[in-house]
Amino acid sequence: MTIGLSHYLTVAAILFTLGIFGIFLNRKNVIIILMSIELMLLAVNINFVAFSVVLHDLVGQIFAMFVLTVAAAEAAIGLAILVVYFRNRGTIRVEDIRMMKG
Amino acid sequence: MVVAVVFLPLLAAIIAGFFGRVIGDRGSQIVTCGALALSAICGIVLFHGIMEQTVPQVQTLATWIAAGGVDIAWSLRLDTLSGVMILVVTIVSTMVHVYSIGYMAHDHSIPRFMAYLSLFTFFMLMLVTANDFVQMFFGWEGVGLASYLLIGFWYDRATADAAAIKAFVVNRIGDFGFALGIFAVFVIFGSLDFDTVFGKAPGTVHTVMNFLGWQVPALTLACLLLFVGAMGKSAQLGLHTWLPDAMEGPTPVSALIHAATMVTAGVYMVARLSPMFEYAPMALGFVGLIGGTTCMFAATIGMAQNDIKRVIAYSTCSQLGYMFFAAGVSAYGAAMFHLFTHAFFKALLFLCAGSVIHAMSDEQDMRRMGGLWRKIPYTYVLMWIGSLSLCGIPPFSGYFSKDLIISAAWASGSAVGRYSYCLGTFTAFLTAFYSWRLIIMTFHGKPRYEAETAHHVHESPWVMLLPLFVLAAGAIFAGYFGDPFFVGEDRVAFWKSAILVLPGHDSVGHAEDIPAIIARLPLIAAFAGIGVAYWAYMLQPGIPGKVAIHFRALYLFLLNKWYFDELYDRLFVRTAFSLGDGLWKTGDGTLIDGIGPDGVAAATRELAREASRLQTGYVYHYAFAMLIGVVALITWYLVPR
Repeated sequence: MTIGLSHYLTVAAILFTLGIFGIFLNRKNVIIILMSIELMLLAVNINFVAFSVVLHDLVGQIFAMFVLTVAAAEAAIGLAILVVYFRNRGTIRVEDIRMMKG
Repeated sequence: MVVAVVFLPLLAAIIAGFFGRVIGDRGSQIVTCGALALSAICGIVLFHGIMEQTVPQVQTLATWIAAGGVDIAWSLRLDTLSGVMILVVTIVSTMVHVYSIGYMAHDHSIPRFMAYLSLFTFFMLMLVTANDFVQMFFGWEGVGLASYLLIGFWYDRATADAAAIKAFVVNRIGDFGFALGIFAVFVIFGSLDFDTVFGKAPGTVHTVMNFLGWQVPALTLACLLLFVGAMGKSAQLGLHTWLPDAMEGPTPVSALIHAATMVTAGVYMVARLSPMFEYAPMALGFVGLIGGTTCMFAATIGMAQNDIKRVIAYSTCSQLGYMFFAAGVSAYGAAMFHLFTHAFFKALLFLCAGSVIHAMSDEQDMRRMGGLWRKIPYTYVLMWIGSLSLCGIPPFSGYFSKDLIISAAWASGSAVGRYSYCLGTFTAFLTAFYSWRLIIMTFHGKPRYEAETAHHVHESPWVMLLPLFVLAAGAIFAGYFGDPFFVGEDRVAFWKSAILVLPGHDSVGHAEDIPAIIARLPLIAAFAGIGVAYWAYMLQPGIPGKVAIHFRALYLFLLNKWYFDELYDRLFVRTAFSLGDGLWKTGDGTLIDGIGPDGVAAATRELAREASRLQTGYVYHYAFAMLIGVVALITWYLVPR
């Protein structure tokens, strides 16, 4: 059995779905949400790379490098915000972050 | 001259009213009394002039309304009727102004009081010198306003405010009739000028007009509607309830407005409109009927009242009844004569009562008086003069006018005349009874007041007694000297064209021809009344109490003024209140507010609250919403349509 495009896409879809559920079902920690977002970005990266190989187009792989960079920056900023948030509020539990409640 | 008479009081009112703070209490007293005295002197001179003229003199001041067929001017009409009224109003008003200096000495807003009094005098003079219905209505409403202001003069007393509002509202009912009457006159005659209307009146006897869907005789209708106005102003049966309550005002007000002048405006109006009423015999009969009934009805209530001013107030009501039934039997001269004499002796009585109240430190209940005659002898004597005149004992002035009214009622020969005669004679008895009851309860017997009050009892100062003497002179001599002119042999020359009496209606002329016993009966009744009062209150003081217990129902009936107030309260006041309450709470509160502003506001708030529940504040909810949105959008574009 050769490993084709559909396998890659399936893995990416599973990863993406895991990321989504990580966001929605998570009640505990904001860091998990950040991790879930990373997961979703990785799923997207897998798609990019897979399509790039199949279509023989390097742009997809270059794009994946950019996404990784942006994801790293985003994670750094997100963690920085979290640290500041924790200093101010004393908690990063997801249930407690509800200042927008009407 | 006539302008000075009418407008001096207005000038004084403006000065005292607007600049009272500047000129001070004393200044406003001097200004108003001075202006009124001047006005009274001019009035007397004017009256002499009127006696010499043969036709009514009309002085036009300015155009008021000129619109199409309506042409109304400010004008002053001088004939015997207005002359007599000017005389009465200015003299009594001057006396009351002077008396007020003493009576209101301790009040804290003297300029306001003097200004109101002068303003009243102005409006009253406008009323009596009117040359058309509209100016008369202007004066009519003006005196109503002044009356309202003065009844509620002590506005910090809730009872005074209530009385003022009551007087105003009840008078509005009468004035509504008056206004309708004026409209009817305009419809019938096409003019509101007195001379024009009076000239056309004989020709409209058979005119009919549509009123509330009925075809009614136009002239009778107009007269009846106008008389409703007179009933309100002159406190006749049905619309009388405001007058006793009006006694909440200061006593000089009661004397001037609610005894001598304003309440007689109705009588003046009927006399002034005699050329209309003469051609409407049905309306005239109604006037007589109401007058006769009122005079008896008010006197019965007067017997049972304990407040000294209320007794005199009901007496006024009763005497106004006399004047109206005199007018009802076409004895306008006699009605005006009684108006003239009554102004003096009733103002005297009221001011005497004021003097008593002043002496008793504002006590008005006769049950807490007694034995005062040694302490305030002048007031006592003056009260006697007033009462003798009121009861019609010769040679006091009331005798001439009242006796003649009762005789004329019999002489008229009509059913209403006979009815009025019987009630009038009976009332003469009642009048004497309550007058002497008042005198004996107030001045005789053992003192029934506290020692502290007794300490303060004092005769009034001269500034109060002097006007009383002037009025007493009127109460003694006005009848004797007025008799030949008002109702005697000179009456035609005196009244000239001011009063119209059809040849068949000359009850005053026939008053001499009635049987002697009929003519003397009122006098006998008056003496009997005095005798009974003397016996019941002086000799056997236990009698009234026993009678009150024995005829408890009757006594309560009279004490509670025939339950008129209660009846009106049930019929009108509470109905109006519940209607207003219903419209306010159900109509406005529940319906209009409920559906309108409040309803919309509540719906918005509910909607907003529901919407805000969407905002949970949880990040993952927002993220989920975003996802759903993304999915929906993508689906939208992907699914081929």
